[in-house]
Amino acid sequence: MGKRGSTDVKLFGALILLALGIPLVAQQRYLPSDVENGSRLYRNNCFACHGPEGNSIPGVDFRRGQFKRASTDDDLLRVIASGVPGTAMPPAAINDSARLALVAYLRSMHEAATGPGDAAKGRTLFEAKGGCLACHRVNGKGSRLGPDLSEEGTIRTAEYLKRKILAPAESIMPEHRFVRVLTREGKVVTGLRLNEDTHTVQLIDQDERLRSFSKSDLREFTLLTTTTMPAYGDKLSPAELADLVSYLLTLKGLDSQ
Amino acid sequence: MIPRILTLSLAVAGGLSAQVTWDRLLHPEREPQNWLTYSGSTFSQRYSLLDQITRDNAKNLELQWVYQARSLEKFESTPLVVDGIMYVTDPPNNVVALDAKTGAVFWTYDYHPSADARVCCGAVNRGLAILGDTLFMGTIDAHLVAIDARAGHPIWNIQIGDPKLGYSITHAPLVVKDKVIVGVAGAEYGIRGFIGAYDAATGKEVWRFNTIPGPGEPGHETWAGDSSQHGGGSAWITGSYDPTLNLVYWGVGNPGADWNADNRQGDNLYSDCAIALDADTGKLKWYFQFTPHDEFDYDAVQVPVLVDGNWKGSPRKMMMWANRNGFFYVLDRTNGKFLYGAPFTKQTWAVGLDESGRPIRAPGSSPTPEGTLIYPGVQGGTNWYSPSYSPRTGLLYIPSWQDYYMNLAKMPAEFAAGQRYTGGAPRSPTPTLQRGLINTWTAENGSGAIIAMDPNTGQQKWQFKMTDVTSSGILTTASDVIFTGGREGFFYALDGRNGTMLWKAALGGQVAMGPVTYRIDGRQYVAVAAGHALFTFALRP
Repeated sequence: MGKRGSTDVKLFGALILLALGIPLVAQQRYLPSDVENGSRLYRNNCFACHGPEGNSIPGVDFRRGQFKRASTDDDLLRVIASGVPGTAMPPAAINDSARLALVAYLRSMHEAATGPGDAAKGRTLFEAKGGCLACHRVNGKGSRLGPDLSEEGTIRTAEYLKRKILAPAESIMPEHRFVRVLTREGKVVTGLRLNEDTHTVQLIDQDERLRSFSKSDLREFTLLTTTTMPAYGDKLSPAELADLVSYLLTLKGLDSQ
Repeated sequence: MIPRILTLSLAVAGGLSAQVTWDRLLHPEREPQNWLTYSGSTFSQRYSLLDQITRDNAKNLELQWVYQARSLEKFESTPLVVDGIMYVTDPPNNVVALDAKTGAVFWTYDYHPSADARVCCGAVNRGLAILGDTLFMGTIDAHLVAIDARAGHPIWNIQIGDPKLGYSITHAPLVVKDKVIVGVAGAEYGIRGFIGAYDAATGKEVWRFNTIPGPGEPGHETWAGDSSQHGGGSAWITGSYDPTLNLVYWGVGNPGADWNADNRQGDNLYSDCAIALDADTGKLKWYFQFTPHDEFDYDAVQVPVLVDGNWKGSPRKMMMWANRNGFFYVLDRTNGKFLYGAPFTKQTWAVGLDESGRPIRAPGSSPTPEGTLIYPGVQGGTNWYSPSYSPRTGLLYIPSWQDYYMNLAKMPAEFAAGQRYTGGAPRSPTPTLQRGLINTWTAENGSGAIIAMDPNTGQQKWQFKMTDVTSSGILTTASDVIFTGGREGFFYALDGRNGTMLWKAALGGQVAMGPVTYRIDGRQYVAVAAGHALFTFALRP
């Protein structure tokens, strides 16, 4: 089985190995604790008018980074402190660190929606250097064995995507697990588990064929709990990671084609 | 370790992952273990070369597995079976890939139609088409969607009509060469129908044939005033294809408004027609109109059955057509010439057909505000339910409604976008499609019958009668067994030679689709949907 295991690595992992040795230095403009505090302040002070998505005021959309009277962080700090005369926006009676936290949260709303990097560079990284299509599929291109990422931008946040790229083994959803079966005839088949019940298992194998097995016909049946996706923490620069996340956030299914 | 190249060669030998090429679709006789198209072949005969289930052993058929649909809509879908994988739609527009041997699900694709979708007669879907590794589905909100057959993910999705105006798609597309051909439903909302061909790789429209000709197009003169603008002419059942003639055949539905024809004097082409289109260009080669100036909703929405055989002693390329209007027809499909026609059920709207096949209307048969009694009723002598032709018996098997009528009242018809545009009310004994626990159908309302028709003579060789009517298609096999069902919820194996019932299963829900057969690991299976589930039968090994 050891030999078989090394074959699996070749089949599923060899193409996606990246150049090594690029140190990952987390680049944080805002402290996570600021974002967390800002989130609480937003709920208590801003939510009622700006809404949960930050887009309830016409012309203002925090997730899109769209403001009427501000572009820099300093602008935002000033508007929060002074309010907007003649509108329903009052001055906020909060201290400087609270205002900073609010700005951190507003910026994080934008980053959560668009990512912090360059989506075009991220696409190149995804399709070329990253070799991501060796396992993943986007809009009809790439392997069917890993998760299809065509709609990733509609269902994931930047933070989630970043975690998955840096530490994919942290959690593997049931629908993304692989199985290895050894048939009565001695054939080993490994593939993505599509469905399973007490008596049968269905998978898509390495040649992307849909296969169904009766468990009573199998000598061995193993649910693989490890992921074939490497952790990219030491393979991507912070800028590359940001670019990749931004690209993934642009994937909105067929509408984004 | 098995070298990768060897694994691949094993796969090809097992036929497990070969793409469904156009050549394969053209030659289903080479692989009777599969069911690759809606009607089983481009000739739409629903005839299978499988013969393990015979007239002798059909009584031993046993249930193998059941797929329970997630929807409570009517299950009208004909499954496809490709190398052991079954693809079927769960109404209206979800797709399921199953292990055809066990019923285990590989994947599901959920499609959420627009809330703007409006369908006259049920949020249904009748099946898929496949080419290469791609499935094609029309949706009730008038989209055509391409889906990866291996992973169940959408590849492209195009809108071909406005659902707010009543455009929808309910039938299985037809693949011809590298195109996906599909038509639109919605005549009950005053649409102007069309059939379109779309590039299978991209969804780009290649050609479009307007079933209701516009100004300047031939046939427009058969519509008074501007009545053609909302002239209907839906195409809601799958057509057929003759590769020798390179012609696509399709049935066209009723004109709008259905039952009030005051504003649309004329024959109203190409409503209620069989049409032959050049497969490459969509240009009309010929048409034959079954019911000119239709006032009864007698859609010509039946599957064109193509037969090469002897007609009165001479070889002929024929098209056989049991029509909703109650007449059975044989046409020469090279040119649309009428060869034969006669009623196969009680009808009172015509006194007969002239020598060109045109009906001679019965006096006093037009709908009136007070109501006019007409046979057959609004659902017709038959409808969209697939017939089957067996080259072995030489018989065409027709699901029919016998002695069935309506009291048709004409009402004013005013067009409003997206609103029903029918101009009448056929008061009919037609039951609701969802049966209760008790079947209160009576013989006075009519009855169902499978007719075995000798197309050369118009003689009915036999009838298999049912108390209730039937919406089931028919399957014939090379062992002269035919499979069909009905609204009572029975699924039957009949002797194709004489109509004797060989076996039946009470499935507890109406059969409203066409059964299919396939083979895996040497066993022949038969699949049929009844109620809200799909059942699969086979002989015990």
